[in-house]
Amino acid sequence: MLSGFRTLLYKELLRFWKVSFQTVGAPVLTALLYLLIFSHVLESHVQVHGVPYGAFLIPGLVIMSALQNAFANSSSSLIQSKVTGSVVFVLLPPISYVEFFLAYVVAAMLRGVMVGLGVLLVTMWFAPLTFVAPHWILLFIVLGGGIMGTLGMIAGIWADKFDQLAGFQNFLILPLTMLSGVFYSIHSLPEFWQLVSRFNPVFYMIDGFRFGFFGVSDVAPESSVAVVTATLLLVSAATLALLRSGYKLRS
Amino acid sequence: MSVAVAISQVEKRFGSLRALAGVSLQIGEGEFFGLLGPNGAGKTTLISCLAGLVRPDAGQLTVMGHDVLGDYREARRRLGVVPQELVFDPFFSVRETLRIQSGYFGIRHNDDWIDEILANLDLTAKADTNMRRLSGGMKRRVLVAQALVHKPPVIVLDEPTAGVDVELRQGLWQFIRRLNHDGHTVILTTHYLEEAEALCARIAMLKAGKVVALDTTRNLLARFSGQTLNLRLAGAVQLPPALQARATENGGIWTFHLATLDELEPLLAALRVGGCVIEDLRLTQTDLEDVFLGVMQEGRVSERTPC
Ligand SMILES: Nc1ncnc2c1ncn2[C@@H]1O[C@H](COP(=O)(O)OP(=O)(O)OP(=O)(O)O)[C@@H](O)[C@H]1O
Ligand SMILES: [Mg+2]
Repeated sequence: MLSGFRTLLYKELLRFWKVSFQTVGAPVLTALLYLLIFSHVLESHVQVHGVPYGAFLIPGLVIMSALQNAFANSSSSLIQSKVTGSVVFVLLPPISYVEFFLAYVVAAMLRGVMVGLGVLLVTMWFAPLTFVAPHWILLFIVLGGGIMGTLGMIAGIWADKFDQLAGFQNFLILPLTMLSGVFYSIHSLPEFWQLVSRFNPVFYMIDGFRFGFFGVSDVAPESSVAVVTATLLLVSAATLALLRSGYKLRS
Repeated sequence: MSVAVAISQVEKRFGSLRALAGVSLQIGEGEFFGLLGPNGAGKTTLISCLAGLVRPDAGQLTVMGHDVLGDYREARRRLGVVPQELVFDPFFSVRETLRIQSGYFGIRHNDDWIDEILANLDLTAKADTNMRRLSGGMKRRVLVAQALVHKPPVIVLDEPTAGVDVELRQGLWQFIRRLNHDGHTVILTTHYLEEAEALCARIAMLKAGKVVALDTTRNLLARFSGQTLNLRLAGAVQLPPALQARATENGGIWTFHLATLDELEPLLAALRVGGCVIEDLRLTQTDLEDVFLGVMQEGRVSERTPC
């Protein structure tokens, strides 16, 4: 019964693992560059929540990279197989839409976690990090990766061309992840932008994730988990409905 | 004989285009069935409906008694489709591709069968080559292999020999024939009509989404049996009106169908009387291509009584 899910998950993991230089290596390097530049410029001037800026920045970079790569994984896999036509190989076998959904989302999440781990491993040497509550760390990266993997599925199913997908990525995913408190605490923002940030689910992922390291956050992690879980359920329901209807996959 | 594939009243529109306009077909278990028709007739659309890639607007399709929508798991398990488009997953080698495809069908340790398919399709030497590095014909063979990993009782081949070299085409047909001999039902679409004539015991012809002929290959040929006479006339002389009604013209070549050779002499006499001078003449045994053209032009087969 679950062999479709298992094999599809395996295929998705193998797919990005075979090109791990680009799918894991490249984002790790990008995050390292961010860290070196920003912390070099700001380290001596800024502390956030009583944490030196470099240390504050690292968890944000970790989860931002994880989220962006989770999105990239499911969206690029789907659009590639749609554009090349090889999507028929997963549409012809007896795989249910639920298995289909779970395989893509779990693969995306795992890629996110792997990239996040990679970023953590190369950046943690540059600033004093603590791991106050590791279970929050894990919970937020898993839920956040799930949300982004799901959004990636929606984008990959919807887009017919690579530039449409790039639009989705540049106008939705990138602003959501960048404007969410990766580089700052939202308390440092003007009130209006603080309010806007509170409508951004990515803000809660990052805030809760960071709580796991330092034990301080803008919002209580319990509240953040509630927001993030609700978001995951919402986008999952939407994606499952899309898949069930056969939208753009089974005409 | 029990039914392998039942298609009843299937309709499909793409916008204002009626790709399938009420198609009904029954294909028996163990048949070697041909699905013919010109470009755009709806062959691929019909196959896609059967495979669950396209959802019909109306009608029902079953594979070995399982509804392709309501009971899709069982239906798809019993169906192997070689798609018309040359598609491949560039990340994997041939063997990885086939192992993954087996896994989708719930088959874990399939290497014996995979090796056998590879050997029959002359792919053994390429088993560990990445899909990107295969030639077009080899990619198509992998598509055939992918459709067979789960030993489906019903095999559908949508133009499997397009771009495949002669030697392999022979090998492929030998393999497919053997599978058919072992009880697999085979449904084939092809534009190589001599291939269909040699392989298929029964044929459906599709035109603009409708079945316009459905019969055994033998009957189809018999209905049109006899000779085909092609001739070109010298100068600008017109055919006598009585003869024009019997002939079709294409690029200056007139085609006549003769039930028997006895009809030849009177025809030539009529030409002489009409003042026609024959520049070139060719007489051939009617083949499936003539039947096909006849059916496509105006559904002539149904008007002619079988001999
Ligand atoms: N996804 C689609 N969207 C819109 N129109 C389509 C789609 N698929 C097929 N058609 C149209 O439906 C008709 C039937 O196409 P189909 O591919 O079934 O033909 P075919 O008989 O397989 O032809 P060929 O011999 O060229 O493969 C064509 O007019 C085609 O343009
Ligand atoms: Mg076709």
